[in-house]
Amino acid sequence: MEGLPILSLMMCVPLAGALACLFAGANAARWIALGATLVTFMLGIVLWSNYQIGGPQWQFGERANLFAGFSWALGIDGIALLLIMLSVFLMPICILASWNAIKKRVGEYMAAFLFMEVLMIGTFAAQDLFLFYVFFEAGLIPMYLIIGVWGGDNRIYASYKFFLYTLLGSVLMLIAMFWMVAEAGTSDIPRLMQYGFPAEAQTWLWLAFFASFAVKVPMWPLHTWLPDAHVQAPTAGSVILAGVLLKLGGYGFIRFSLPMFPDASAQFAWLVFALSMVAVVYTSLVALVQSDMKKLIAYSSVAHMAIVTVGLFAFNVQGLEGAMIVMLSHGLVSGALFLCVGVIYDRLHTREIARYGGLAINMPYYALFFLLFTMASIGLPGTSGFVGEFLSLAGIYQTSSLVALVSTTGIILGAAYMLYLYRRVAFGGQANADAAAMSDISAREWIMMAPIAAAVLWMGVYPESFLAPMRKDIATLDARLAAAAPAGDARLAPGTPRAEAANALGHHEGMEHESGSTNSAKEGAH
Amino acid sequence: MDFVPSFALILPELVLSFAGLMLLLLAAWGGDGAGRKIAIAAATALFVAGILIVPGLHAGTDGPATLAFGGLIKVDSFALFAKALIYLAAIGALIVAPAFFASPSAGTERGMRAEYPVLILFSSVGMGLMVSANDFMTLYLGLELTSLTSYVLAAILRRDTRSGEAGLKYFVLGALASGILLYGMSLLYGFTGGTGFAAVRAGLTGEMGTGALFGVIFVLSGLAFKISAVPFHMWTPDVYEGAPTPVTAFFSTAPKVAAVGLTARVAFEVFGAQIAAWQQIVMFMALASIIFGALGAIGQENLKRLLAYSSINNIGFILLGLAVAKVEGAAAMLVYLFIYVAMSLGSFVALLMLRGEDGTLYETFADIRGLSVTRPGIAWALLLFMFSLAGIPPLLGFYSKFVVFQATIEAGLVAFGAIAIAASVIGAFYYIKFVKVMFFDEPAGVVTGKSGAGHWALLGLTALIVSPLGYLLTPSLTDLAGKAAASLFLAA
Repeated sequence: MEGLPILSLMMCVPLAGALACLFAGANAARWIALGATLVTFMLGIVLWSNYQIGGPQWQFGERANLFAGFSWALGIDGIALLLIMLSVFLMPICILASWNAIKKRVGEYMAAFLFMEVLMIGTFAAQDLFLFYVFFEAGLIPMYLIIGVWGGDNRIYASYKFFLYTLLGSVLMLIAMFWMVAEAGTSDIPRLMQYGFPAEAQTWLWLAFFASFAVKVPMWPLHTWLPDAHVQAPTAGSVILAGVLLKLGGYGFIRFSLPMFPDASAQFAWLVFALSMVAVVYTSLVALVQSDMKKLIAYSSVAHMAIVTVGLFAFNVQGLEGAMIVMLSHGLVSGALFLCVGVIYDRLHTREIARYGGLAINMPYYALFFLLFTMASIGLPGTSGFVGEFLSLAGIYQTSSLVALVSTTGIILGAAYMLYLYRRVAFGGQANADAAAMSDISAREWIMMAPIAAAVLWMGVYPESFLAPMRKDIATLDARLAAAAPAGDARLAPGTPRAEAANALGHHEGMEHESGSTNSAKEGAH
Repeated sequence: MDFVPSFALILPELVLSFAGLMLLLLAAWGGDGAGRKIAIAAATALFVAGILIVPGLHAGTDGPATLAFGGLIKVDSFALFAKALIYLAAIGALIVAPAFFASPSAGTERGMRAEYPVLILFSSVGMGLMVSANDFMTLYLGLELTSLTSYVLAAILRRDTRSGEAGLKYFVLGALASGILLYGMSLLYGFTGGTGFAAVRAGLTGEMGTGALFGVIFVLSGLAFKISAVPFHMWTPDVYEGAPTPVTAFFSTAPKVAAVGLTARVAFEVFGAQIAAWQQIVMFMALASIIFGALGAIGQENLKRLLAYSSINNIGFILLGLAVAKVEGAAAMLVYLFIYVAMSLGSFVALLMLRGEDGTLYETFADIRGLSVTRPGIAWALLLFMFSLAGIPPLLGFYSKFVVFQATIEAGLVAFGAIAIAASVIGAFYYIKFVKVMFFDEPAGVVTGKSGAGHWALLGLTALIVSPLGYLLTPSLTDLAGKAAASLFLAA
C-alpha cells in the first residue's frame, strides 16, 4: 500500500462523482452517487485493514506544498480512522435513504452529499491546521443548500440559523489559529499537539476554539440551531448532521483543545461540566414533551453529546475512550433513528407522533429495527450505547461524583423519552387508519437498516475492534494530559487484603478461601 | 537630460494614450456605428500594454532605475502589479459593454457610444499614473484624469435620469474630495517645502507639527473618498446604482485598485516615517467600513446597490492590510485586491447576464428568484462569487481574508483582528441571501434571455479563479505581491 495516496483517493472518488452528478439526469445521478459512495466505503475498508494497530501514531501521511500559506498535508491516527469509517459507512445509506424521497433537482442533491463526504474525510484527515479549517468550514455550503433547497416548510429560517451560528463560532477559532501558527512557527497539527503554549495564552486560545466546537457539538445553550436544522433537513441531511457533523465538535476537542491546551482544558473543565450537566437534564426533559419525532431525536442528540463532552474532560483513559465510543455509537444510532423516522415519514408525510400508533401490528420488521435502535439509544447492554456510556461515566466518576450522578440521571431520562416515543409509535392500538395501512419496510430499507443494526450489535458485543485502533492514541493523549489533570474527588485508595475471608468460619479455616478470595480485596479496605 | 529611459518606462502609458487619441479620431469619423470595433481595438491596446509590463512584473524592479522624468514617476514592482490588475479589469469592462448598450435597458439611445472605450482607455492611463506617482503633482494629474473620465462614464446614458444623477453626484462629491486632497497637499508643501514624495518624507521625519498633521489627515481623507471607505462612502451606493452596469463593474474594480494602490504608496512612501500618525485612522476606517458596509447592504433590494455596499465592506478588509503597516500587510492587501477584482468583476458580469427575452436587464432580488432552475449556469457562478465574497472556504475569497487576517494577527493586532472577523459574519448574512433567493425560492421566470460568448467566457474565467482551483495560483500570486509590497518599503 506504500506510496498510494489512499486518503486523497478517498476524496477524489466522491469529488468526481459529485461533478458527474451535477450534469447527470435524476436516475443516473442516484446510481452515480451510490456507486461513488460504495467505492469510497471499499477504500475505507482497505484503509482500515491496512492500518497498523500499534504502529506509528500517524499513518498514510501525504504532503504536497500546493498552496501559499498552508500545505496539503493528510494523515490519520486511530481516532481519525474510526471517524472516517463512520462517515464513509453512513454515506451510501444516506444516498439510499434519499432514493425516492428526493424528487426535485436530484443531481444537485446528490452532488451536495458527495461534496459533503469529501469535506468530512478531509476534516478528519487534515494534518495542517489551516487545511483542517478549510474543510471544517466548507461543510457549511453543501449543508446550507441541503437544508434550504430540499428541507421542510420552515427551511429558510433553519438554514440561515445553521449557517450564521456555525460561522460566527468558527471565525474566532481562525483568529486563534493565526496566533498559534505565528507563535509556534508551524501549521503542522502533530507538531502543534506537542507544542507547549504559554498558560495565559492557552486560556484565550481554548476559549476561541471552544466557541467553534461548542456550537458544532452542540453544547447547551448554543444548541438551538440543531433542532431547527434537524427538523427542516431532509432525512439523509439529518442523518449526516447527527451522524458526522456533530462529531466534528467532539473531534475538535480531542484533536485540538485537549492536547494543544491541556492547562486551559483543566482550568475550564468546570465550564464544560456545568454546561454538559445542564444539557443532559434539560434537553432530556425537553425531549420528553416533544410531539415531533425528529425534534425529539434532535434533543436526545444534544443530551448524548453532553455525555461525550463529559467523558472528554474527565482527563482519563476511560473517559476519552468512552467519549469516542459514544460518538461512534451515537453516529450510528441517531442516524438510524432518523432513518426510522424517515421511513414512516415517506409513507405518511408527517412527523407528528400522535398520527402513528400500533405500527408493530402492520410493520413488524420496522418495529423490530426501531426497537433495537431505541434500546441502543437508551444504552442497553449488548448494544453500542451501553459500552460508550458506561466507559464515559466510569471515567467521569473518577473525576467528579457529582457530574457522574447528574449525567447518569440523563441516562434514566433518556430511557424515559425513548421508551415513551416507542410506545406511542409502535405499540398501542391502531388509532389512525392511514397509519395502520402502511406497508412494512421494503428491500431498500432493509439494506439501509441491517448494516447499521449489525454495526450497533458488533460495537456492543465486541467493542475491542473499535477500541484497539485508538488505544495507543488515547494513551498518548492521556499521557499528555496527565500533568494538567485535575485531582478528582473520588479518592480511591488501594485497600489491604484481609487476613481471612469475611465469611470465613473459625473451624473451617482453609476450606472457604476459594470462594471468599474474590471479595477479600474490596471488603478488606481500610 | 536623456528622456529615452523615461519614455521606455512609461511605454504602456504611451501605447494607451496614442491608441486613445487615434481611436478618438476614428470615433469622430466613424460615429457610434464603429463603437464595437473601437472597443475591440481599445481592448487590444490594453492587452498590448499589459504584455509590456509582464517582464518587469515577473523579474521585479526596484530602485533608481525605475524613476522617470527626474523622479516624477516611479515604475516599480508595486506600480506594475497594480497596473496589471487595472488593465485586466478595464478589458473586462470593455468586453461586457456592447451587449449592455444594445439592450432596452440602455434607454432610448440604443448602441454603445464610441466614446465609451476611449474614455476607458484614458481612465486607464490616469490610473497607471496614479499608481506610479512619485510626486504629488503626478498624483493629482493621474487622479483627475481618472476622475474626469469616470464622471463622464457614469453619465454616459445621456437621456437616462438615473445615469445623469449618478454622474452629477459623483462629480460634485468627487470635486469636493479632490479639493480636500489638494488642500492637504498644499499644507504638506507648505510645511515640508516639496511636492516630491522623497522631499515630503524627509520633511516629515521626527516630531511632526500640527500643520503637517493636518496635511496628512486631509490627504488621507481625500484618498478615502476615492476608495469609498467609511465615513467617506456616501456617494458609492447612489453612483453604483445609477451608472450603467458595465460602468459600475468598471468602477468597482479598476479605479478601486488604483486608489488603494495610491493610498498605500502615500501611506508607506510619504508618511512612512509617521506610521503612528495614520495607523489609528486607517484602523478606524477599516472597522467602520466592514461594519457599515455590511449593515448597509442588509435590506437592499437592488443588486447593484447591494454590491456597492459589498465593495465598501471589502475596502474595509483591504484597509485591514494597510493598517498592519508592514510588508506582510501590504502584500496581503495586494493579494486581496487581485481576488477582489476577480470576484467583483465576476459578480457584475453575472448581473449583466440577467437578461429578459427582449434583452432587458434585471437587477433586483425579486427578479432572480429561483434562478437556479431557469438559468443554472449563472446561478451556480453567482453562488461561487457570493460564498467567496463572504469568505467561506474552499473558495478563493477565503484566502483573501486569510492572508489579511494572518498579517493582522502576526503584527500583534489580535483584538483588532478579532473584532473585524466577527463583523465579517454580518456580511455573510446578505451574501447568503443571494443564494437563498436563487436556490430556495420559487422561480420568478423573468430571466430567460441568452447571453453572448464573451460574457460566458469572462464568467467562466472569473468563476474558475474563485473556485478551489484558484488556490493553485496562490504561490505565484504571493510571490508577485511580495515583490510589489517590498518595493514600497525601500524608502524606509
